[in-house]
Order: sequence, then C-alpha cells, then structure tokens
Amino acid sequence: MAQPRVLVIGGGLAGLAASMRLAELGVGVDLVSLVPVKRSHSVCAQGGINSVNALTRQQGDSEWKHFDDTVYGGDFLQHQPPVKEMADWGPRIVDLMDRLGVPFNRTPEGFRDQRRFGGTLYKRTAFAGATTGQQLLYALDEQVRRREVEGKIKKWEFWDFLGPVLDDAGNCRGAICQDLVTMQFKAFQADAVVLATGGNGLIYGRSTMSMVCTGSAVSRAYRAGAWYGNGEFIQVHPTAIPGADKLRLMSESARGEGGRVWVPRKPQDPRDPRDIPEAERCYFLEERYPKYGNLVPRDIATREIFDICTREHLSVEKDRLCVYLDLTHIPKETLDRKLGGILEIYEKFQGVDPRSMPMKIFPAVHYSMGGLWVDYEKSGSGGMVEGSLRNQQTSIPGLYAIGECDYQYHGANRLGANSLLSCIFSGLFVAPTLQAACGSMKSEAPARLFESALRREEERHQAVLARTAGDENPYDLHQELGSLMTRVATVVRRNDELSAAYDDVCDMEARWQRCAVSDTGNWTNQNVVFTKALGDMFPLAKLILKGALMRDECRGAHFKPEFAMPGIAATDPAEKRLEAEQWCDRFEENTRKWLKSTIAACQPDGSPRISYQDVDTSLITPRPRLYGLVGGDVIEEVWKERQGGANGHAVAAAGQPVGAAS
Amino acid sequence: MIKAVEPHAIDVDAFPGTHGNGHQPATRPIHVRILRQDVSGGESYWERFEVPHEPNMNVISVLQKIAAQAKSRDGRKVAPVAWDCSCLEEVCGSCTMLINGRTRMACSALVDKLLEEDEEIELRPMSKFPVVRDLVVDRRRLFRSLERVEAWVPVDDSYDHGPGPRISPEDQEDAYPLSTCISCGCCLEACPQFNKIEVVRRDDETAEAFETRRKAAFDAAFVGPHAISQAMLFNSHPTGKMIADERLEAVTGPGGVQMCGNAQNCVAVCPKSIPLTRSIARAGRAATVWAIKKLFDR
Repeated sequence: MAQPRVLVIGGGLAGLAASMRLAELGVGVDLVSLVPVKRSHSVCAQGGINSVNALTRQQGDSEWKHFDDTVYGGDFLQHQPPVKEMADWGPRIVDLMDRLGVPFNRTPEGFRDQRRFGGTLYKRTAFAGATTGQQLLYALDEQVRRREVEGKIKKWEFWDFLGPVLDDAGNCRGAICQDLVTMQFKAFQADAVVLATGGNGLIYGRSTMSMVCTGSAVSRAYRAGAWYGNGEFIQVHPTAIPGADKLRLMSESARGEGGRVWVPRKPQDPRDPRDIPEAERCYFLEERYPKYGNLVPRDIATREIFDICTREHLSVEKDRLCVYLDLTHIPKETLDRKLGGILEIYEKFQGVDPRSMPMKIFPAVHYSMGGLWVDYEKSGSGGMVEGSLRNQQTSIPGLYAIGECDYQYHGANRLGANSLLSCIFSGLFVAPTLQAACGSMKSEAPARLFESALRREEERHQAVLARTAGDENPYDLHQELGSLMTRVATVVRRNDELSAAYDDVCDMEARWQRCAVSDTGNWTNQNVVFTKALGDMFPLAKLILKGALMRDECRGAHFKPEFAMPGIAATDPAEKRLEAEQWCDRFEENTRKWLKSTIAACQPDGSPRISYQDVDTSLITPRPRLYGLVGGDVIEEVWKERQGGANGHAVAAAGQPVGAAS
Repeated sequence: MIKAVEPHAIDVDAFPGTHGNGHQPATRPIHVRILRQDVSGGESYWERFEVPHEPNMNVISVLQKIAAQAKSRDGRKVAPVAWDCSCLEEVCGSCTMLINGRTRMACSALVDKLLEEDEEIELRPMSKFPVVRDLVVDRRRLFRSLERVEAWVPVDDSYDHGPGPRISPEDQEDAYPLSTCISCGCCLEACPQFNKIEVVRRDDETAEAFETRRKAAFDAAFVGPHAISQAMLFNSHPTGKMIADERLEAVTGPGGVQMCGNAQNCVAVCPKSIPLTRSIARAGRAATVWAIKKLFDR
C-alpha cells in the first residue's frame, strides 16, 4: 500500500470525528456507512453534551468531579484512566464544536447556555435546542464533506461491513464490505480498521434506536475473535413515547429544564390530569430522591417508573403502562426555545400538545453501555497516553472500536449527555493512534487473504439467498426475539427467566437457519440484508443473557431483586449503626466478587465464553452508590470511617458539592 | 371511511414486550397502492397491498408489514417493497416519498389521518431523483449542492483554540432553524425549478470519469433551496462568513438563486418549517450587492 489508509466503519459522531482528525493528520480515510453519514443515529441525540465550564468551575466544579460523577453514576465498572482523560478533554471538545458552528443556545451576554442533567448537581450540559446530537453531527458532517472535496476522505455510503480480514498472525489487515445497491462485494486493504457502528437496540425489537442499530458490524467482529465487554449493561431510558414501530425518546433535558414526573395517587384517576390537585399527585422521584429529584441517574429513574406502574399499580392507564411527564408549569416561550425539537416530536406522533397537557411516557431500551472490549495505555498522570497503539484497540490487533460500540466509558450506567462526549472524544483521541498504526505491520498483506475473505463472504451471502423454501419469517422472528429480550433482559432480571431465555434464543437461532428470503435478487435487496443482520443478533443476545445470568448482583442498569441491597430498616440509632456496618461488609464483599468487567469471547459454536477482568480503580476508590437509599447517611458515615479519610477526593466528592448550582 | 382512532386509546406497552393488541374491534384492512420499479432505469408499475389495520400506525409500519408478508393484495408472492428509513422520528431525513401525492416523511405520516383523505393510501418514489428501486431514490445531488455552496465553517483545524465566537441569543435563534435541515429533499421535490437529472454510466466509462460527468451535470443545474439556505446560514456565522464571497460566487453562478421562480412551494412542504423563502430572499439581496461589488472591483 502506497499511502497510509484507514478504514472507518460508521459515520456517526465517533466515525466522523476520527475521519476529520485523520484527514488533518494526512492519513487517507475510507469511510463506510449503511446510510448517508448525515443520517446516522447520532442525529437522534437530544439533550446535550457535558463538560466542565467557566460557570460550574466557579461553583466548585472541576474535571475531576465530572470524572467522579461519571464513575459513580456508572457504579465504578469503568476502567478509570480513559474516563479521566475524557472528562479532561470535555471543555476542549465543546469549544471545538462551538468553533465548528454548532448553534448552542446562548445566554443574554452571548455565552453558551448550560443546563443540568442527571447524576450531577452542576449545570454542565451545553445544548442546541433539544436536537444537540443532530447539530453536533451536522458540524462534523460538514467538516468531513469539506475534506472529501479536498480528496482526503472517500465516503462509501449505503455500504455494509461484513467482517474484518485477518492475516495468519491474527492481525486485522482490512475488511470486506458490500454495496447495498448493486450488492457487489469489495475488499478494502487498510493499515487499520476502526469500528464506529453504534449500539444494538434492535436486538430488543423496538427501542429508541434507529433501524440501522442492529449491532451487526460488532457481531461480525465478535465472531471474528474480538472480545465483547459488559454486554449485560443495557441502558433503559426512563422517558420514551411508546409507539407501534418505535419507542421515541423524550429527552432527559425535559426534566433538566424543570419537567416533573408524577402519577395520580388514586390508581387510574380518570380526571383530566390538569384537574388533579397537587395534593392528589405523587411526585415519586422528588419524594424519594430529595437531593437529585427528577434528575436521579437513569437506571434509578427507570426502575422507579417501572415499579410504580407494575408493583404499586399506579400507572396512569390500566392497559398501557405510563406515567406523566409534566412541563405545563413552564412558560411556553421557554419550552419552545430550549426543548422545541422534542415537543414537536411528541405533538407530531401523539397528536397532543405537551406545552398544555402532561406527556405520557414509559421507559425504553436506549443505549448499550457494553460493547467491544478495547484496550488503553495509562499515562503517568492517570489518563491515557496519546498516540499509544493500544488505545481503543480491540483484542484483534489492528482493529479498533470507538463510540457507543466500545465498552469503555460508561460502566454499569451512562449519565445523560455523556454519550455525545464519549463519541467525539474517542473519535478524536483514536486518530493519532491510527496514524501510528499506519506502517506498523512489517510486511504487506498478501492478496490471497483478501481473495479468500471475499470468497467466504460471497458464499455466506449466496447461502442465505438460496433459502427460499424455509418456514420461518425473518421479520416475525425478529419481533419474537425483541419481545423476549425486552421481557427478561431490561429493567428487572431473574435467573430462571434469563436461563430459559438463553435456551429460547438458541432455538430461535436454529430457526433462523430456516428463514426464507422473499427476495432473491441482486439489486437493493433489503430482505437479505435484514435476514443476515437478524442472524447476527443472536450471538449478541446470547452474550447479553449469559452475562446477565452469571452476574449475581445489582450494579447500575443490571438489577436482580434477589441480590438487591435494601437500605436500613432499623430506627434505633444503635441498631441502625449495626445494620450500616453489616451493609458495608456486604458491599465490600460484593465489590471484591463483582467489581469486574465481563468479557465474552465467541466460541466456534457461536456461544459466549465468559470471563472477568479486574477494573482499574486506581484513581477513585469505589464507594456505595447511595442515591436516595434509606439510611444512606448512616451507611455513608460508616463508610467514611472505614476509608479513614485515605482517599480525600472520593470522600469529598461523595458529599454535597460546595456551592452547587440550584 | 375509517374513523380516526383516539391517539391515547391504545395498548402498545413498552413492557412486557407486547405488540399491538388483540382485543380491539376488527377494523377494515388498509389498502395501499405502491408505484414500484425493480431496477434503476427500469419500467415502473403499480402493485396493490393489503395489511391489517392497527391503532397508531404510520406509513413505516405499513411498509414493515408489507415486507413481512411479501405478497400482493391478490395473493401473489412478490419481493418486499424497498424503502429508505432509519430514525422513524423525522430527524434523519431518510424516508421521503410521495404519500397520497404529497412529498413528506413516511415516519410522521399517520395512517388514520391518511385514511380520512382516501380509502386507499398511495405511495410513490420522489420524482425529482433517479429511482434506485421501488421507493428508494438516489439523492446524492442534494449533498453535492452542499459542496457547491461550501456549507461548512472553514476552521483552521480541529485542535484547541478556545471557544467559538460570542453569539447573541437573537443570532442563535436566527441560525438554529436553518441548521435543522434534515436533507430530506422535500423542498426539491416540490420546486418547479428543480428537475430530475439521471446520468447513466456508459459501458466504456471508468467509475471516476462517470463521477466527473455526473457532478458536471449536477453543477450546471439548480442548486436548490436547501443549499441556498445553508449558504445563508454559513454566511451569517462570524467565522463562516470569512468565505462568504466564495459562497456568493456559487449562489449567483450557473444554477444559482436567480433560477428561483418564487413559487414558494419549498417552504410549504418543509417538514421542519425552515424559513427557506426568507433565506432565498436574503440570498437574492446579497447577490445583487455582490454583483454591484464585482462590477466596481473590476
């Protein structure tokens, strides 16, 4: 290969950020995407992007506190150096996006406005209306278009990644992709391949994710040998609009701007919600979490909404589970300026104006915290070594992963407005690594590698095309998989159900072999592409279920009632103290046993082999996650005594930040 | 005529993963006619479909059902209809088509409302772009127009140089709507000055030569309201305006703003209510000033 060349798969925020930076570094980029990159799923992100800023800094905020909120919110499951590096980059990234023309909302003086998001007490979130993801994506799309005109980037839109090409030593030397119009195959040689292919919500049938979020690219890398980390950690967003085809997101920014979640105290109160007096409303998040209120971390808000509907039977409607998300107390002008985009979505799809009528919402699958396992090199200052070949590298040398499809930044639960940051950060940060990877392979990859990989993919494709007589319908099978996964592997998980579901998914995978394709042509054949993507969902579904089954604890989004650690029941001070001691003992034991990354490796039969890896918690000692827990104050007291004030940062950050934004 | 269903009288639980519902009174199935085309440049033909009616359906869910059943109304096995979609919440811009004759996004086209207009739903591909297959069209000309007007902020690089320029809330509120263009192409479909260009690759032509020829054909024709609006967006940005002259050169050149016939269809069909005619008027004024300036600079 003459000129150094990197193959970027996926054109959302991460893929575009990497492409932009690579082009500046003089590295040639082939950018492959299922859709025109401007239509990538990042466009759906609404609320904003987090970073420390001039205002919060003067209220006592710092990069360290952003880092601390992120790992505390993520229940300490992340390796800490990459998260620290990301938080340190936050201010620079928001400044950069500002320079690229993102129309962030402004204060009267012309500075960027900020709002508060979940899991923090500071107003750290910069935003552009309620379509921040769209605006960030467009700014990067524009820069990539500019570099494309200059000949530095070549886009391959409406192309599908079929799998990496590995040499005899197991290094990634390129990939096989397919043109989704002509259905022709092409081998791409590359010095490095980076996957930026997002989440896998379609495994759950309906979610807040776009139709392209099948997880197929990641599944193909996984089956080629890349490890998958923390698969069981799936974020269920507290507030979405239920729909027949999709569960549309209702941004956390609705609560960030003052939106209140409530249900009538009287079950299924038939009155117009506006006629129900305050005293007869239950603002359950505010009542149970006085400190964070409606802005508790997402996993907690989701469980509370789910519980109040399923266990306390206070759903607004009887047949359809939902709670009110109420914005009607906020002036219409403010709503239009700060939340216009999401209110229009609700109005368009529900036919009700949320400015004057409380919205009806319910949780929905939203984000994959887990993803391809990636490496990093820790720096002396506790962050990452820039340009290290190890950063963002999967377990296949030469194959990298960034954005939602890696597992690195969000642990057991992602904080709102951190995903846009992690996507852009990992995209920018991986660029010097990819540049260093160019030419790092000693010899040129032999042509036979690509020829045989190409043949293999063509044969696989033909095998699916040839299945015209089967008795299974891929679309129906997908619905079945989605229903099962939604039922057993979302908010509440039980071992008997997970175990049975694993067997069911194995059966479904066998049935997939009997899926008949109804289109056997070789022109824009969406039918065969969907059928193949469905087949790719099973290995991921299995690793999600297996990981969830084996993890006998509660951590972030992964909740098993059987292993829950309820708060303090006693009222007598001495007994409270004793219970808190026992609670802390149990917490420490659980940390020793379960504070570990789940690593899934694909076995020849497609089933996951699960192992565990220690988490780097060298910067902040893991501490109990006590948001709103009964007796949390006593537990915290005991915990602090046990730490003996050894970790000043952690203890200080666990308390109320000084001068926090109201 | 089928009665519109109350938007909230619906049972579509997110949990525990139920789909639709079985206890609604049976309603008449939905009839759909779709203008199909098997390949680029092929003949088009109508095919009729029938899918069961469920509450709260949009055109996407109708197409999903058609894909799953893969048979026509008269019971013949047919290939599923091809169409573009992704986000299903009217922000990715993929699913533009002609629905009952109107250019719009399929995801936000609610079936019960359509059935109030007509007993049968009609779906056709956009007419101003080459058909790839069925409802899928090739919209790369739309993106080429964004290159023509240099729709980007010409920053030095992506390294840290501190924040962007201070911007007043008024200027932000002026710019933001223009920046919400989803590149769906509705305005182009509705514009009388924007006509279809279908360049077919010759047998003896290399991919590069074909690409060059196609771009030349695009560049000679009307750039479109979406691109004019983007040019005005970036010409109003403090850094973006540093290459305002280059954008005005493009906007006043062949296929530029002077081709606009002021039909105002663009603004009427824009799903994001972007003030396209305001942008065009601004571009027209800027073009006049630009022409005079060029005259005196000679």
